[in-house]
Amino acid sequence: MAIELKMPALSPTMEEGTLAKWLVKAGDTVKSGDILAEIETDKATMEFESIDEGVIGAILIPEGTEGVKVGTVIATIGGEGVAAPAAAVAAPKAEVPAASQAAVAAPAPKPRAADPAVPAGTNMKTSTVREALRDAMAEEMRRDSRVFVMGEEVAQYQGAYKVTQGLLDEFGPKRVIDTPITEYGFAGIGVGAAMGGLRPIVEFMTFNFAMQAIDHVINSAAKTNYMSGGQMRCPIVFRGPNAAASRVGAQHSQNYGPWYASVPGLIVIAPYDAADAKGLLKAAIRSDDPVVFLENELVYGRNFELPELDDHVLPIGKARIMREGSDVTIVSYSIGVGLALEAAETLAGEGIEAEVLDLRTLRPLDRQAVLDSLAKTNRLVIAEEGWPVCSIASEVMALCMEDGFDHLDAPVLRVCDEDVPLPYAANLEKVAIIDAARIAAAVRKVCYR
Amino acid sequence: MVPNPGDTTLAKSGLTRKAPAKVAAEQETFALRSLQEAHEAQPRYSASDEELLHFYEQMLLIRRFEEKAGQLYGLGLIGGFCHLYIGQEAVAVGLQSALKAGHDSVITGYRDHGHMLAYGIDPKVIMAELTGRAAGISKGKGGSMHMFSTEHKFYGGHGIVGAQVPLGAGLAFGHQYREDGGLCMAYFGDGAANQGQVYEAFNMAALWNLPVIFVVENNGYAMGTAVTRGSAETHFHRRGTAFRIPGMSVNGMDVLEVRSAAEVAVAHVRAGKGPVLMELQTYRYRGHSMSDPAKYRTREEVQEMRENRDPIDGAKAELLKRGVTEDRLKEIEKQIRSIVNEAADFAENSPEPELSELYTDILVESY
Repeated sequence: MAIELKMPALSPTMEEGTLAKWLVKAGDTVKSGDILAEIETDKATMEFESIDEGVIGAILIPEGTEGVKVGTVIATIGGEGVAAPAAAVAAPKAEVPAASQAAVAAPAPKPRAADPAVPAGTNMKTSTVREALRDAMAEEMRRDSRVFVMGEEVAQYQGAYKVTQGLLDEFGPKRVIDTPITEYGFAGIGVGAAMGGLRPIVEFMTFNFAMQAIDHVINSAAKTNYMSGGQMRCPIVFRGPNAAASRVGAQHSQNYGPWYASVPGLIVIAPYDAADAKGLLKAAIRSDDPVVFLENELVYGRNFELPELDDHVLPIGKARIMREGSDVTIVSYSIGVGLALEAAETLAGEGIEAEVLDLRTLRPLDRQAVLDSLAKTNRLVIAEEGWPVCSIASEVMALCMEDGFDHLDAPVLRVCDEDVPLPYAANLEKVAIIDAARIAAAVRKVCYR
Repeated sequence: MVPNPGDTTLAKSGLTRKAPAKVAAEQETFALRSLQEAHEAQPRYSASDEELLHFYEQMLLIRRFEEKAGQLYGLGLIGGFCHLYIGQEAVAVGLQSALKAGHDSVITGYRDHGHMLAYGIDPKVIMAELTGRAAGISKGKGGSMHMFSTEHKFYGGHGIVGAQVPLGAGLAFGHQYREDGGLCMAYFGDGAANQGQVYEAFNMAALWNLPVIFVVENNGYAMGTAVTRGSAETHFHRRGTAFRIPGMSVNGMDVLEVRSAAEVAVAHVRAGKGPVLMELQTYRYRGHSMSDPAKYRTREEVQEMRENRDPIDGAKAELLKRGVTEDRLKEIEKQIRSIVNEAADFAENSPEPELSELYTDILVESY
């Protein structure tokens, strides 16, 4: 039986090539691995090997022919008895016309659950964000033996920022693990452990150092569920302080929220107060998806009211109205929420009632909460402690343009850090970072005041 | 997985994760060549005829599967990158034969078809993944470099060079944490061996005594760069020395030598003695990927390996010498061709994924 030899595709993009030279002729006996011809692609000259055994029948395309389309029959081989017939198939046709491909829409987001109601009479205690985070981890570690914490200085040192204080004493070195200063490596080990069925909490001393590990966060953790057709799980939490601290210079002062929030397959959470820090970290640890949990060093020591509940777990992907208002919406997250609330107080004194919306989760973004508040106030400002270009602010502005245009009575404005690496000098740092006064000024502008 | 409440009580007393005993013992017992010596004492596994036949079959399946994959690539049925394992078959077959399938974990890089076949994963779903079909092992959403089977404890299939090494150490960490007696075999190439994260993983694996076998498949070329042009230390089995990880240099072109070495390494790791670094000397006959013109080596070099060192020819010659008949081997060849053809037919004829699959499997939960 004759086997047809077809012009092979020798690279992912090759559509045609030059049959530069035949190294066999009709009547030659060839075996698997013999070079039959040299073929020139746009990139290189490639050798074309036989994978069949038999006698060359006819050479159908003479050497020197240019522009030979991939799939053209270039020669035939008379096959041996055991040789399988060559797959005499053409490249598959696209089974669906292009028009209908465009018609497939992303599934509509489902309505998000509201925060569970705090029962009347629940005792409220004062807690720092630092304690709330620690308690969230401790509670989840008591609940599930698969949960463990690893990172630099998390155990013996009790946490570089004391967030893991006391965990070693309670859970021991098997579950509270000091790592060497090798973010890429221990992030990878954490992801591998999650793939193998554990539930790691990987602490980065700060997210600035996680840039060394971002490959594992994105390529290994975020994409594998999809690439495996839903087989592989990666229930891991990467957490630590993010964004500017105080006078630590450009390399230690960056907000990675927009970076991670752009990645499908990740959950990105950036809470502001203690109750959200605790409730969302507990939810993050229980999630079957990889979570980037962005904290803020400057907020760790702040005191907030925290409901004393046995199991304070909050929904991921749900924004929170921190202050009701009717004149304008200020959208923010993380440390920016405190500044937005401060600005709202100032504005209230001027007769402008601002609604402050804390996004809390950056991915998936609570688009509906933003649009609902915009529909109510018709004016919107985003306050973000981070660079303006390709930011969460940009994303919220796009959302307002695409889906909230009819509700807008003024252009949406953003208040972000200056578009510079963060300087060290106290005066320069101060002017580079957002503050309440700048947020208030932007609000006055969109209120035409 | 069932949470084990007993975990909380473990090892509370020590302040460091690992008892300091190993540090104290290092002066007397530090023997990085001990495993090499054990391997050299019995370099070849004494396989029964049936075992050797089985190895031969598995290697031949990989060879014919990969040849077919190359053919389908040439026909445009497989796209993107496609890295073939031809020439390296004895490595995955020999090593994985010493593991407990379904219990021990395996992870590798993007040249992953052979490891999957050696772990008994159905050739049909692998080939269908290569052609990007719904029936593929990753529903057509992964492709050649991104295939997984949690059922077989095969954890990929990773496209970023070297990433699988800390991931493998993490899988080993999981075995240790659960105390299930399992180990992880983490494969990487001589090219990946120069990645920094590999050494971060070596350090922690040794520090924490993780049950992991690091396997360098040294096929001589990191894409087009010969090892001597890319590596200051080309004896990759020595690369663990700085972390006190014992190394083994193994002939990767003889499945019985590979199996024998694997037993030494597995016994060491299962005894709780920490990681092992194996270097398998092997060779790939085809280009790095399908679009590799392979101008960095001579035709004669490839021919020399194919004609004199081929692991399948070697096993075949030994089988014939042992009295297995030509007819039996022909029968095996025929069966394998039919398995591979069936896989190819399946891969060509099964439908592409539904367009709605675009939006599935991004997150596990809905929020």
